[in-house]
Amino acid sequence: MEQTKIIDLKNISKSFGAEKVLDDINLYIRDKEFVTLLGPSGCGKTTTLRIIGGFETPDTGDVYFDGVKINDVPPYKRNVNTVFQRYALFPHLNVFENVAFGLRVAKVNNKEIVKRVKETLELVNLKGFERRSVATLSGGQQQRVAIARALVNNPKVLLLDEPLAALDLKLRKDMQNELKALHERTGITFIYVTHDQEEALSMSDTIVVMAEGKIQQIGTPTDIYNEPKNAFVADFIGESNILDGVMIDDYLAKFAGHEFKCLDRGFEKNEPVDIVVRPEDVDIVKAEDGMLKGTVTSVTFKGVHWEIIVDIQNFKWMIQTTDYCESGSVIGLSIDPDAIHVMKKSEFSGMFGDYSSFSEEFDELSEADPGAAEEVRVE
Amino acid sequence: MKRKSFLEKAAAVPHIVWMILFIVAPLLFVVYFAFTDAAGNFSFSNILNLSNYGEIFLMSVLFAFLATVICLLLGYPLAFFMSRLKPSAQRVFVLLLMLPMWISLLIRTYSLLALLDNGGLLNSLLAKLNLPTVKIVGTPGAVILGMVYDFLPYMVLPIYTTLSKLDIKLFEAAEDLGCNGVQTLFKVALPLSKSGIISGITMVFVPSISTFYISQKLGGGRFDLIGDTIERQFLMNNNKNVGAAISLVMMILILISVAVMNRFGDDDGGELIV
Repeated sequence: MEQTKIIDLKNISKSFGAEKVLDDINLYIRDKEFVTLLGPSGCGKTTTLRIIGGFETPDTGDVYFDGVKINDVPPYKRNVNTVFQRYALFPHLNVFENVAFGLRVAKVNNKEIVKRVKETLELVNLKGFERRSVATLSGGQQQRVAIARALVNNPKVLLLDEPLAALDLKLRKDMQNELKALHERTGITFIYVTHDQEEALSMSDTIVVMAEGKIQQIGTPTDIYNEPKNAFVADFIGESNILDGVMIDDYLAKFAGHEFKCLDRGFEKNEPVDIVVRPEDVDIVKAEDGMLKGTVTSVTFKGVHWEIIVDIQNFKWMIQTTDYCESGSVIGLSIDPDAIHVMKKSEFSGMFGDYSSFSEEFDELSEADPGAAEEVRVE
Repeated sequence: MKRKSFLEKAAAVPHIVWMILFIVAPLLFVVYFAFTDAAGNFSFSNILNLSNYGEIFLMSVLFAFLATVICLLLGYPLAFFMSRLKPSAQRVFVLLLMLPMWISLLIRTYSLLALLDNGGLLNSLLAKLNLPTVKIVGTPGAVILGMVYDFLPYMVLPIYTTLSKLDIKLFEAAEDLGCNGVQTLFKVALPLSKSGIISGITMVFVPSISTFYISQKLGGGRFDLIGDTIERQFLMNNNKNVGAAISLVMMILILISVAVMNRFGDDDGGELIV
């Protein structure tokens, strides 16, 4: 990967009225990278994108594009194009003219326009749709038109604002693969905003996890998943059991009343820490062989695995396993050193971790269409 | 098919009676008078003699056309500006725009006269300041000003309504694709508010072309528009046959122009490729 910084955000802060949406953001994006801004609604990810696009001006801080400060450059002069949430296609123009819009404004000659629009429509699998009215297209097709309309201008950077949020699950998965392929084929830098951690993990080169207007962690998907920096990141990305613990010594952590060997070091002796154990990293053994012992309180079939909740000293662990366990049975847990991840205490400590109040329905409800809420706030 | 209840049928009766008495019957009378002479015999002479009024027709169309163009030029930017404001500010503007419409057109025209007349407010103010007075009433400008003043809200409101319903993201998308403010206006705002523009034009042009009191009051009696001519034929010349013929032709003219305008509105398809 090329190491040139295409976009560099320095000390960006932004408030809407009394609400501080971005708090001293520092972030650079390398050329040709696929970067995802990931976070719950209201975390500032869309505002960050809109600052890069030029639709918002930061209160403080600077935006650099290819080394040039662009704070005061209006959107139409930026070499950046956006795929909007809910597409924002022009209803008075057909598919061809929607895609050709940017080229016509740039006064590209007609022959070239026809050629480039055709190529781009082929790229997004919409060959033959040129004369269709955008109102007659399905959500997925409208999405492709929106992508084509942005890509046809050969931007240096493509901004995507929750582009798949309005699509159903199956289509979303297909589009994820297509977007990833498009990124590789075009070599354009993609900056992608989403609240869907699974989307972020499967598509990105780099994930920027945001919460409460601050960047919580920047890293590759595996880094973010395996080495979350704090309780927020651990909770937001995938499922995690987050426990209070103490680092007794290098490579030795104590939590849930038991001392565990681990691979982490560099903490003070007896420093309080947060411990993350992913549900799929716990082995189920006979009760008498386990490092920990607990009672199964619920079992849910998930297709690929069982999801069981185990009560250990009143802390509800989530464990994903292919071994069926009877609800009510007593089982032992064994945790390998490399399954334990130790994090410094943070402002998020104690806010997440236990699955006692966990209910799938609740989880989905609270995540229902966070984009809409954010959109209202931004305007 | 579901049969309509008695009540449903009865509910429409007052309106139907009203329409027959005050819309359909008068129209039939207009047609009848237009094609008869004073003695009540069938005749084309009223229609054939209308060429005498050609100049009046032309002037009326010209005045109404100018008033409509000015209303559009003033009204569109205002509507666009309003639609981009915060909702609370939008409500204030709509109220300010509607307020004059709650007062009779006649009274508004009279008050404009009181302002602009030779001995009116404006000129007495100028005289007090030892500045030369201006003669406004009695000029073509005054008549057109009156039309613009009276009918501007009818241009702004429909345009504003269409514009305020547009997704702001469309403007952002245009800007994202390289449009500056002016280009956004012409490439996105204008084509997407076409229906509002057409209703606005219709709602200004039609009353402007048929007005008589604006030209009488602000024209100082020097301009004879179609409306004035019709009024005079009926009330002073007592020649309802000619009056009816002029009315009929004017109605047909308006119908044609409305139909033409609506043709533009229906054409919602995209631009042609290449």
